[in-house]
Amino acid sequence: MSAKKETKPAEKAKLALYWAASCGGCEIAVLGIDDKILQVADAFDIVLWPVAIDAKVRSIEKMDDQSIDLCLFNGAIRTSEQEYMARLLRQKSKVLVAFGSCAHEGCIPGLGNVANREQIFQVAYHDTPSTVNPDGIIPQEETEMPEGSLYLPLFYDTVKTLDQTVPVDYYLPGCPPEPERIWDALVAILENKLPAPGSVIGAETTVCDTCPRTRNEKKITEFKRTWEIIPDPDVCLLEQGLVCCGIATRAGCGALCPTVGSPCIGCYGPNAGVTDFGARMMSALASVIDSQDPAEIDRIISEGIPDPIGSFYRFSLAHGELRRLVANGNGKVQDPALETA
Amino acid sequence: MNRISIDPITRLEGHGKIDIFLDGKGEVANAYLQVPELRGFERFCVGRPAEYMPNITNRICGVCPEAHHMASTKALDALFHVDPPPTAKKLRELFYSIFFATDHTTHFYALGGPDFVMGPDAPVAERNILGVIAKVGMDIAGKVLKMRHDGHHLIKMIGGRPVHPNWGLPGGVSRGITEEQRAEIEALGRDAIEFAKFSLQLFNDIVLGNPAYVDLIKNDAFVSHTYNMGTVDENNHVNFYDGMIRIVGPDGKEQAKYHAKDYLDHIEERVEPWSYLKFPYLKEVGWNGFVDGIDSGVYKATPLSRLNAADGMATPLAQAEYERMYETLGGKPVDHTLATHWARLIELLYATEHWVELATDPEITGTDYRTLPTETPDEGVGCVEAPRGTLTHHYWTDERGILTKVNLIVGTTNNNAAINMSVKKAAQGLIKPGVEIKEGLLNTIEMAYRAYDPCMACATHTLPGQMPLEVTIRDEDGEVIETLSKNI
Repeated sequence: MSAKKETKPAEKAKLALYWAASCGGCEIAVLGIDDKILQVADAFDIVLWPVAIDAKVRSIEKMDDQSIDLCLFNGAIRTSEQEYMARLLRQKSKVLVAFGSCAHEGCIPGLGNVANREQIFQVAYHDTPSTVNPDGIIPQEETEMPEGSLYLPLFYDTVKTLDQTVPVDYYLPGCPPEPERIWDALVAILENKLPAPGSVIGAETTVCDTCPRTRNEKKITEFKRTWEIIPDPDVCLLEQGLVCCGIATRAGCGALCPTVGSPCIGCYGPNAGVTDFGARMMSALASVIDSQDPAEIDRIISEGIPDPIGSFYRFSLAHGELRRLVANGNGKVQDPALETA
Repeated sequence: MNRISIDPITRLEGHGKIDIFLDGKGEVANAYLQVPELRGFERFCVGRPAEYMPNITNRICGVCPEAHHMASTKALDALFHVDPPPTAKKLRELFYSIFFATDHTTHFYALGGPDFVMGPDAPVAERNILGVIAKVGMDIAGKVLKMRHDGHHLIKMIGGRPVHPNWGLPGGVSRGITEEQRAEIEALGRDAIEFAKFSLQLFNDIVLGNPAYVDLIKNDAFVSHTYNMGTVDENNHVNFYDGMIRIVGPDGKEQAKYHAKDYLDHIEERVEPWSYLKFPYLKEVGWNGFVDGIDSGVYKATPLSRLNAADGMATPLAQAEYERMYETLGGKPVDHTLATHWARLIELLYATEHWVELATDPEITGTDYRTLPTETPDEGVGCVEAPRGTLTHHYWTDERGILTKVNLIVGTTNNNAAINMSVKKAAQGLIKPGVEIKEGLLNTIEMAYRAYDPCMACATHTLPGQMPLEVTIRDEDGEVIETLSKNI
């Protein structure tokens, strides 16, 4: 990319891409737009993209406020450094996009909100059976070594989404967003055809609407775990009793998982108009159960779906109405209030 | 004490940081590679149904999600006491070979290769993938792009998604492949073998044909005499998907060979207060600090380690290259860290050969790709070779298959101590009293850890770009006396 810098005209729009608590899959997805990445490099002056090009945080710090035209920010906020970068890039950017599920809803890192820092450290640095730690050492923000001090960022109790940290203009869902949808969004930005601020940039339909499987009337009497049955290859997975989240999940992926015989796990987040994915999913399931008796419906769900958090909030625990729970060993929610970090 | 901080641009996001301390004479006193990030999978997976793990743990790393998906799926086989049918095992290994070939290609051409192709003293602006393209030509760039594109296309075709596949189940996989798909996989695999051969020829011409580069590989600053870990098949040949874990000492002798389920008898992890990433070591040898040698339990798990820990490669072309590497570098084990790049290309060739072997296996299009578990789940270990080292997932559940405990030892974590030592040694080799610290220092140190292709706890994300570095040299009062930078 650096070779592009020599020829770029000065008036090109400035683009920043950044990652916080994430896996790097969003970066791979961006690279997945293949040779179109060269068009991005032509259209934008990329001022920050740690994974791929030369960049410098301090030069961002020196820029005027709102001088970056577009910032695509992926990853959740788990440490003090990540929060600093979120605030910095918000201040410097005209348009800030929560890019991918971690920034949007907390994603898998957000499942960390079933516990707190102390509990996570206890398992990682004490309880895991390969760990040998007789002195009870845990990583510290500052460690005095013989040669000088070493510093680590503060690890927060709670994982926060980007919009719980700074105001966000748009959301691009998916874990990761599919390259085709990334390109669609970039084209919309380049052509100034963005939806209203605060919108999710994506389809209005659900994964079900794009799924190639045959759908009939759903009358579920029992839910199955994925290892309990070999599903029919052509029929709706939910009808066969598998908890497929396509019914409540925003379209955009092309129903990739059901196409290879696996239930949708909801990585594209709630469909249009829904904020709490888990609540939407549970009501959707209740509506397809072959019973009118609330007690019977409750029994079918609780017996067939032993982990509502992992099933319905796998990608959105940090963002849903629960936001976090204090784990007390029995999985019950003690304090749904979001702690302020 | 003077401090040199080598901060990746990722300093402020917590993806890795090096501090080098100089003593009063200006010699390197110590060096630390810190990993300032943790996500807590071992805690928050507790309470989840075990079958969710292939689709939770792949989010540990978006660069190598296939490795976590596969280790997790194998852990489910063990947990549910179910043996997948032959077609399922072969499909998984085919998928995994394609992934390995794709990942190794990315590393060699975008990350590690530029040091060699361009030369370590080439201008910074040219020492990247674009510089490589400019030097070797668009024809070769096209080959690299095609290889990566084909790999991701097939990973999506087989596993459902190009990033974060959703395919593995206890006892098998969720879907098989058709004859039409098989034919495409075979055809692209044959292209891939030619690409791997070409890549080795390129390495041969540019690197091995240049005595200065060979000297660099053999430079003592890049030597580290540790134990080596890798997975081997029944012939002690390298295998990525399954086999026994073999540990070979710095003297070349087998120190241990064990089933992955017994890893707790062989591996322990140490906690340091200055890094969120733990430091595994060999239990039988013990932790004796950040030192190498036969009395230190520090080990490496890298492409070079896998070759050192094995007796050969399972495919003919890769075996010939294996023999050539050891002949050139003076026998086994090879302790020259930079030879890891060469080993990676030999593994690339093996992966592509094995890809075609499996794509032409009569069972690969079979429809029996799942065995439903019938036994009560309790405990299971799953292990594969990830591109960056041996990857172990260990799960415990209640009788409903709900996780009660999780332990993970991921690829790069194995190498945490060794990378720290390599960084320190490279710094010591270059930083001398009275010698001006030049930009070349930065690249030399960068090369020391780039050879490991580090992906700290799959968290530092140094792939696939050039890592911007800055060196700040301070006096004993903390005042900056000099700043050197590259890529920033």
